[in-house]
Amino acid sequence: MKIYVPMDSAAKALGADEVAAKLTQEIAARGLEAEIVRNGTRGMIWLEPLVEIEKDGERLAYGPIAEEDVAALLDGQIETLGTVEDIPFFARQTRLTFERCGVIDPLSLDDYEAHGGLEGLKRAIGMSQDAIIDEVKTSGLRGRGGAGFPTGIKWDTVRLAHAPQKYIVCNADEGDSGTFADRMIMEGDPFTLIEGMAIAGLGCGATKGYVYTRSEYPDAVAVMRQAIEIARAAGVLGPNVLGCGRAFDMEVRVGAGAYVCGEETSLLNSLEGKRGVVRAKPPLPALEGFLGRPTVVNNVISLATVPVIFAKGAEHYANFGLGRSKGTMPIQIAGNVKFGGLFETAFGMPLGTLVNEVAGGTASGRPVKAVQVGGPLGAYLHTDQFDTPFGYEEFDGQKALIGHAGIVVFDDTADMLAMARFAMEFCAVESCGKCTPCRIGAVRGVETIDRIKEGDASAIPLLEDLCEVMTDGSLCALGGFTPYPVLSALRHFPEEFAPNTAQKEAAE
Amino acid sequence: MTPASSPQDDGAIAEIISQIIEGHAHLEGPLLPMLHALQEEFGVIHEAAHAPLCKALTITRAELKGVISFYHDFREKPAGKHVLKICRAEACQSMGGTALAERLLEKLGLDWHGTTPDGKLTVEPVYCLGLCACAPAAMVDEKLIARADEVRVEKALSAKNIGVSA
Repeated sequence: MKIYVPMDSAAKALGADEVAAKLTQEIAARGLEAEIVRNGTRGMIWLEPLVEIEKDGERLAYGPIAEEDVAALLDGQIETLGTVEDIPFFARQTRLTFERCGVIDPLSLDDYEAHGGLEGLKRAIGMSQDAIIDEVKTSGLRGRGGAGFPTGIKWDTVRLAHAPQKYIVCNADEGDSGTFADRMIMEGDPFTLIEGMAIAGLGCGATKGYVYTRSEYPDAVAVMRQAIEIARAAGVLGPNVLGCGRAFDMEVRVGAGAYVCGEETSLLNSLEGKRGVVRAKPPLPALEGFLGRPTVVNNVISLATVPVIFAKGAEHYANFGLGRSKGTMPIQIAGNVKFGGLFETAFGMPLGTLVNEVAGGTASGRPVKAVQVGGPLGAYLHTDQFDTPFGYEEFDGQKALIGHAGIVVFDDTADMLAMARFAMEFCAVESCGKCTPCRIGAVRGVETIDRIKEGDASAIPLLEDLCEVMTDGSLCALGGFTPYPVLSALRHFPEEFAPNTAQKEAAE
Repeated sequence: MTPASSPQDDGAIAEIISQIIEGHAHLEGPLLPMLHALQEEFGVIHEAAHAPLCKALTITRAELKGVISFYHDFREKPAGKHVLKICRAEACQSMGGTALAERLLEKLGLDWHGTTPDGKLTVEPVYCLGLCACAPAAMVDEKLIARADEVRVEKALSAKNIGVSA
């Protein structure tokens, strides 16, 4: 008998370690023959800790399981949810990038290979650099960090650059509220990211990779570091990748609590040991990146999707999706929702379906008021916009963005003026200080919103003007996109920015 | 350097500092790993480390101070013995995180970044712990707390012998 208890941070934060400890104790006390496997999460966070028991070829799920439930679980007194694959939230998904996450032991390379791991890398080894890049281009894969830039074109730029050393840098600085896909894959299927980076290295002629992640993710850091050691010992990484005669190795670097380091040029400065200030572009990092050398900077999910593209073929991947948004997206459903978690699906599902059906509406049971998509720099969408299909261009058309695909749902108690103020406040706290529209604009933004709150209607056009300056004049997305949440709150919920009734009456 | 430390202590500290610097010198872009290791060892970035860092990396003191002050994580003054981090980001706000933070701060008699007079606890804001589907989130030292409420946070604090007054 095998018992799976996730070691994902979210599961642990909900008591998975205590459940595992209690299970170990009970198994010993009962003299049972059972092995406890610490897997990743299947992504249904409202069911965590989700325990799975594999017996007689069947793997049944139980959850949420508390420490106190363990005895009853082993006595067979807790009703099963069936297999994970039968749970409606899971059954509706198309799992490509996250296929193995939660299924396997994250630190077992054998388990990884038994579930299709390394097939992509083996195929890539037999391909020329040209063919590798063409495969990525054909797949239609675009940057999953938010910018949506075609990954194959970025790789090609690095491939064609002449330099003694090139780098693959994985942006795992997942600071956006409402997002946890990077953390989940690093904790649940780290070899996928390693394999994706190795393929990128072969394709671009880069022999060294870095995963730059957050100090707020200590578990992910630990799992990634262990996985890299295991991969190196097995010859997946090192001077002779799977015996192909070419080298690729990598290491993990940890940031130090600066949100702006998720911006690629800030990240590169930070990696070099400098202040994480933004660099002006050009030069592109693909030509002058880490230490001034050609560097691919890709998001975790972009790189972790590469193995499945190579294992199943670019056409297979490109068959999913909508328009220019090809493939699948791991959508992270968060905030005030009944069923929160990771939902990987082909692009194109309407936002309303995601919120009302998949997420089951709010946890509080109150009506949905607004949904922020794409992190703290993403717009607040109104329920009127719920028919918008989930895709890069489709959201752009709504003056919104999908970003890293986190969706945060708010019920009708949300104070939209306060949310707009928070967006400016956050920008002020996290601004790197390099450009004036962001550094000064965010502070003035907080003050201007405070004036609106006090009933000064003349501050509204001022706020709009300020947002225009920030959008057009900022060097990076922090200052440039902070107007998204601010203006969308203002546009869709104008009544909350209007001078309040009492002040109006007094004026009349 | 604290005035209380003896010259011998200074010598021992200098030795550890130089070991940490040497241990990371082979890395590309070694400064952040060095600073993390120094803080891990001492709880702060000792001023005694400034000169050896500048020498090893051929950077100026101003550049070094610029880096240390840029990142929220690096401390020049020690934090309390334990650290409570409360997430302030949007997903946690949607689940009552702001009110939770206000109540906890009030009970502890602290503001953000504040430390209790007995030096036991520092409270820091954090912007996202990646627990957005089980918000609000908090963290006591390395222990994550999802669906945090006053009871769960106070329980985690009392496990560290930190009482929270009403």
